[in-house]
Amino acid sequence: MSDSSIQIEPSSADSTYNDLIAQFPGLIEMETRPGFTGVVVSTVAIRKVMLYLKEQCGFDYLTSLTAVDDFPEDKIELIYHLYKTTGSPIIELKLFTTRESPVVPSVMPVYPGADFQEREVWDLFGVHFEGHPDLRRLLLWEGFAGHPLRKDWKEPLFEEDVKPFKSRWPEGKGIHRESLNPFNDNVQYPKEFDPNGFTPDNDESVYKILQSKIPAGSDDLKVEHMIVNLGPQHPSTHGVFRMAALLEGEKVLALKPVIGYMHRNHEKIGERNTWLQNMPYTDRLDYLSSMSNNFGYALAVEKLLGIQPPERAEFLRVMMAELTRIASHAMAIGFLLNDLGAFFTPSLYALEERELILDIFESVAGSRMMCNYFRFGGVVRDITEADFKQVKKLVEDRLPRKIDDIDLYLTENEIVQARCEGVGVLTAEEAIAFSESGPMLRASGVPYDIRKADPYSIYDQLEFDVCYRQHGDVYDRYLVRLDEIRQSIRILQQVIKYMPQGPIQTGKVQYAVRVPAGEAYGRVEGPRGELGFYVVSDGKANPKRYHVRAPSLMNCTGLEKMCVGGKIADAVTILGAVDVVLGEVDR
Amino acid sequence: MDEKQDLNNSGYEIPEELRHQVTITTLEKIYNWGRSNSMWPMMFGLACCAIEMICTAASRYDFSRFGMEVMRPSPRQADVMIVAGTVTKKMLPQIVRLYNQMSLPKYVVAMGACASGGGPFKEGYSVVPGIDTYIPVDVYITGCPPTPQSLINGLNALQKKVMNEKMSESGWYAKEPAKEVPIPVLGPDVFDPRKSELIFAETHKQAETGDDIGEEGEPK
Repeated sequence: MSDSSIQIEPSSADSTYNDLIAQFPGLIEMETRPGFTGVVVSTVAIRKVMLYLKEQCGFDYLTSLTAVDDFPEDKIELIYHLYKTTGSPIIELKLFTTRESPVVPSVMPVYPGADFQEREVWDLFGVHFEGHPDLRRLLLWEGFAGHPLRKDWKEPLFEEDVKPFKSRWPEGKGIHRESLNPFNDNVQYPKEFDPNGFTPDNDESVYKILQSKIPAGSDDLKVEHMIVNLGPQHPSTHGVFRMAALLEGEKVLALKPVIGYMHRNHEKIGERNTWLQNMPYTDRLDYLSSMSNNFGYALAVEKLLGIQPPERAEFLRVMMAELTRIASHAMAIGFLLNDLGAFFTPSLYALEERELILDIFESVAGSRMMCNYFRFGGVVRDITEADFKQVKKLVEDRLPRKIDDIDLYLTENEIVQARCEGVGVLTAEEAIAFSESGPMLRASGVPYDIRKADPYSIYDQLEFDVCYRQHGDVYDRYLVRLDEIRQSIRILQQVIKYMPQGPIQTGKVQYAVRVPAGEAYGRVEGPRGELGFYVVSDGKANPKRYHVRAPSLMNCTGLEKMCVGGKIADAVTILGAVDVVLGEVDR
Repeated sequence: MDEKQDLNNSGYEIPEELRHQVTITTLEKIYNWGRSNSMWPMMFGLACCAIEMICTAASRYDFSRFGMEVMRPSPRQADVMIVAGTVTKKMLPQIVRLYNQMSLPKYVVAMGACASGGGPFKEGYSVVPGIDTYIPVDVYITGCPPTPQSLINGLNALQKKVMNEKMSESGWYAKEPAKEVPIPVLGPDVFDPRKSELIFAETHKQAETGDDIGEEGEPK
């Protein structure tokens, strides 16, 4: 199960960059701005370079694709992060396009995992990707006016470019921001907009795509095709997730996830916030594992700041992150069983253990779910002796027993096996191509775990195994999660044993951190996979760009592939095994 | 127990030996008592608050002790809609549609800061600053997210409200069918059909003065 985990190879990214510059003379330049890394590729060459990297160099995994608006310059940067799933440093490619007419070639033919990310960049930045087969808006709806992440686009309740706003500081006399809006609401309309003569899109574009997938009928057998919407309000959609499926009888012919029903503008708000103000917002991304989100953001900003938390803080961080993983995986298993029809009984077992972990979070951080526990260079509060004992009791006595119980009740269950085995299969190649991560990738036989491949914090000092399975079906995803809970317990036992005494914060606690100009991509292995934060600083008190590489969103890329050809009832199971959290999918 | 919620205070004297077997009460009281103790919430979560709602329904807090016995996935069978989470513009038409589909009497609980007033995401471009801008809300619960205790407290507050309702004044025995809330439309931004006059006037006024709030600067 756990022998050949992947380690990062010692060679740096620079050798790859030099190789690229030699291969494509005149088309690639080194990034020269201080604080920034990577190479700048010319627009015409991007697909060729990507193909070369994938075919010749083995960079098979596109992890993050995003954009930065360089307003007031007429420039939008596209940033691609790639690595090898056999272990390599991350390499970064950049591409410049204009704000006036941003058109770049889509990299989807090379990396199908770029699908949702390119749609997101089109939606929020208005960059057109040539050759993308289905370039629709991802998070907003068709017909929305403007591309909100452009720096010159202002939201209806806009106050100032950056926080803290004068209206809230220091007098703090409250006004209802909506009352200044002519419509007394958070809305704005373009000039001469006539609501009476308006016909909405009503998702015609989704249905058109689905209808185009209807196979040309044969004459001897008449089959009726039907488009069914599951969600956004549906008891088994894990939040406001919607799947529009084209069915032939019970068989799924095509399926399109429709998301954005919980798009809460994390990135736009994050670029107005000060650096530290973003910390509580990260809690609300993947609200089942707020500690992991804190971890990722803290790592990214600490990279820019060039600071290291003290040892005790590192131990506390890992302790909280692993407790989060246990709570989150337990919940994922419980809800997967909900989707199989075991309505709420297994979930109650899972929630019982989760409550005990939440008690610890509440005592340590002050809140059950939205912990806001991490700070740049440490954590906010030390753990008390009583809480420490509680954690010890939990991981040394109760949790191992309870996990064995869940294992005993579910793993060998005939219905669970019949419904899960061989359902929603992704091969290793497909999982890598769709940029799946976390348990989804590992269940397909790719033992890639960031805690081993690119160790952060103190994970290189801890003993644990990377759990992976070979079949890539729902059952293996369930088993990988179960194994990971056991490994997390193992990590926690070591953390408790070796927990050092000492300070929990490097330097003074600062509320307004000045972050040096530059960029950083910090990533952690969250319960759902690779959670990355791409941050760009221009030396001011607020981030210039704050992007979240959300594992839940990326894991949805392969959803259509997994569901097509199966029964519609299995689509629900597959979604349960992907374990999406909508806060993170839509952000 | 609250005097209003006590069934046994109709003013009629019950003989001592029958005290524990007979109750004299008004129809209104027993009707409200029955309704308030079987408030079925709609199984409908939006965001983080939904997780706390699930925890409240689970074994530790168990709100079925208070009559929220079963969560119903269908709006037709639900009495109370717990708006648990951030209401976004894209989701708004669906929420209003679900509210319209619920049968009378129906109640709405705005759970948490986002559903009550936009919460930490209010400044965002696709967030509705509180569900009460579109549908009537009976109880607001503070917190981000509210703890299970405060959700139960909020639902108890709703039960008190139900106990004080009068049959003669209730809207659901009226002859004409209940008025539906018009479904908001997703245009260049979401718009409420009830406000189309205002929107038309405002957008055309700007065209004359050349002042465009959509693109730049402070809204007037």
